[in-house]
Amino acid sequence: MNTLKRVFRFYYDGFRSMTVGKTLWVIILVKLFVMFAILKVFFFPNILKQNFRTDEERSKYVIEQLTTKPK
Amino acid sequence: MEHFDLSLVNWSRAQFALTAMYHWVFVPLTLGLSLIIAFMETLYYKTGDQEWKRITKFWMTLFGINFAIGVATGIILEFEFGTNWSNYSWFVGDIFGAPLAIEGIMAFFMESTFIAVMFFGWNKVSKKFHLISTWLVALGANLSALWILVANAWMQYPAGMNFNPDTARNEMNNFWEVLLSPVAVNKFLHTTSSGYVLAGLFVVGISAWYLLKGRHILLAKRSIIIASVFGLISSIYLAFTGDGSAYQVAQKQPMKLAAMEGLYKGKEGAPLIVIGVLTPGKEYNDDKEPYVFRIQIPKLLSFLGYRSGNAFVPGIKDIIDGNYTYTDQDGKQKVALSAEQKIERGRIAIQALADYRNAKENNDSLGMAYNRRLLDENFEYFGYGYLNDPKSIIPNVPLTFYSFHIMVGLGFLFIAFFILMLCLIYFNGFKISRWLLRLSILMIPLGYLAGQLGWIVAEVGRQPWTIQDILPTVAAVSRIDSSAVQITFFLFFIIFTSLLIAELRIMFTQIKKGPNDGGK
Repeated sequence: MNTLKRVFRFYYDGFRSMTVGKTLWVIILVKLFVMFAILKVFFFPNILKQNFRTDEERSKYVIEQLTTKPK
Repeated sequence: MEHFDLSLVNWSRAQFALTAMYHWVFVPLTLGLSLIIAFMETLYYKTGDQEWKRITKFWMTLFGINFAIGVATGIILEFEFGTNWSNYSWFVGDIFGAPLAIEGIMAFFMESTFIAVMFFGWNKVSKKFHLISTWLVALGANLSALWILVANAWMQYPAGMNFNPDTARNEMNNFWEVLLSPVAVNKFLHTTSSGYVLAGLFVVGISAWYLLKGRHILLAKRSIIIASVFGLISSIYLAFTGDGSAYQVAQKQPMKLAAMEGLYKGKEGAPLIVIGVLTPGKEYNDDKEPYVFRIQIPKLLSFLGYRSGNAFVPGIKDIIDGNYTYTDQDGKQKVALSAEQKIERGRIAIQALADYRNAKENNDSLGMAYNRRLLDENFEYFGYGYLNDPKSIIPNVPLTFYSFHIMVGLGFLFIAFFILMLCLIYFNGFKISRWLLRLSILMIPLGYLAGQLGWIVAEVGRQPWTIQDILPTVAAVSRIDSSAVQITFFLFFIIFTSLLIAELRIMFTQIKKGPNDGGK
């Protein structure tokens, strides 16, 4: 428990004493939010995971894609 | 190939290229600067000189800015795999899975843990533990790069896997063959050392600005010495690893080598083009001279590509027409197939995969065995089956040629630059003229340019393949609406440009401020 507390204080004090780092953390958090909450959710679905439930279905679909010409 | 939506393929490629190029703006500086910082802190640890500590902390701040802005930009590439390149993503899943998973663990545990000690631990942990943490950040950053570069190398030279027609996936059967393939080893060494050179140029360039401004003189001088020595060693090493990479290209991707050199008709004792201008509109099968102008070194291309001055180097036309002798991966002499023949065998492989699937659905074990054998026999040409025209295997020659030659030229310029800096320091007592200090600043963007050009050579030169010979981009791409890809292309352009502007603004502000506690 003592070790956990010390680790927590280490990070807590470190973040508190940051100067330029605070701006950077804002940029990092905004960036991660845009990437995961907007881009990933609305623009970048994993097509195979989203459209098929099993790996069997996914492989069947990919083989079909690879062996037939698009209409 | 005309059956495929080329607009979709091109937009998907453009989007991936845009994302990868922006990602590569941030990565190389992290790789090299982390090592320079570790060297500087080692000097502080050894000497106890507080000025080294100030110098280390200053460069560490710039490292932190670059790291923070760049972190997670590579994740976008993984999003694109799942959406835009789902066929490819499935096809290679098991090969990419292991290296990328290791990269994730490495990046998270090594970098994220020790980077906190590096920034927060100055007065909280011992000097020794802090130094070890700084070195581990450098090691972690470089090891993270290893895994993604191994994955990329596999796309240039697929090894250590079997294709499973039941799952339509390539399955790794030999991890060490994937990790230690000669292409992977050379790619890792060449790519990371390009990051070291960039970091050397970055430190010298910013220090030169301080000297021009008459500020933080001791910091600038000490930084220039460290970065010039580091940069010179790295840039010489870069030349050697570049030679190793080009040798592997000659062995495994002869079409890429031919495009890099603008070599249309192969020859024994082929010369290396030092500087050249390609003839516009040149086709592989016309009689036009390939170069408007060139300076060449006789026999050097044969020597560098095949370690023999008289070796035959196939040109673009030879690779399309086939019927020349080459040595395969097992050291056996073989006669090259023509592109037409490879296309035919690729079609057999694709049809065998379809027939295998049908036989499986009908519980026809004989049919499965027959088609499996047919597929295995022709799998090395699987990707050719998607091409309708032999010309499709020619990458963009001017882009590959000029990118390669400018990159190599810059590489030698960097060697000369670092030698000049060290000579002036050693023989002239740091009396560096103002024009050279200004030139040092200009070297920073040139370092970035060289890295980007290297990736253009590697990726454009591999076209039309996503995985060399096995999967072309037209078959790797997801069949989605190209307008969706266009929208995200511009979205990324805006996001990444904003990030770059943010990095530059914060970085410039910090550089103008200099070290927090003054420096001498």
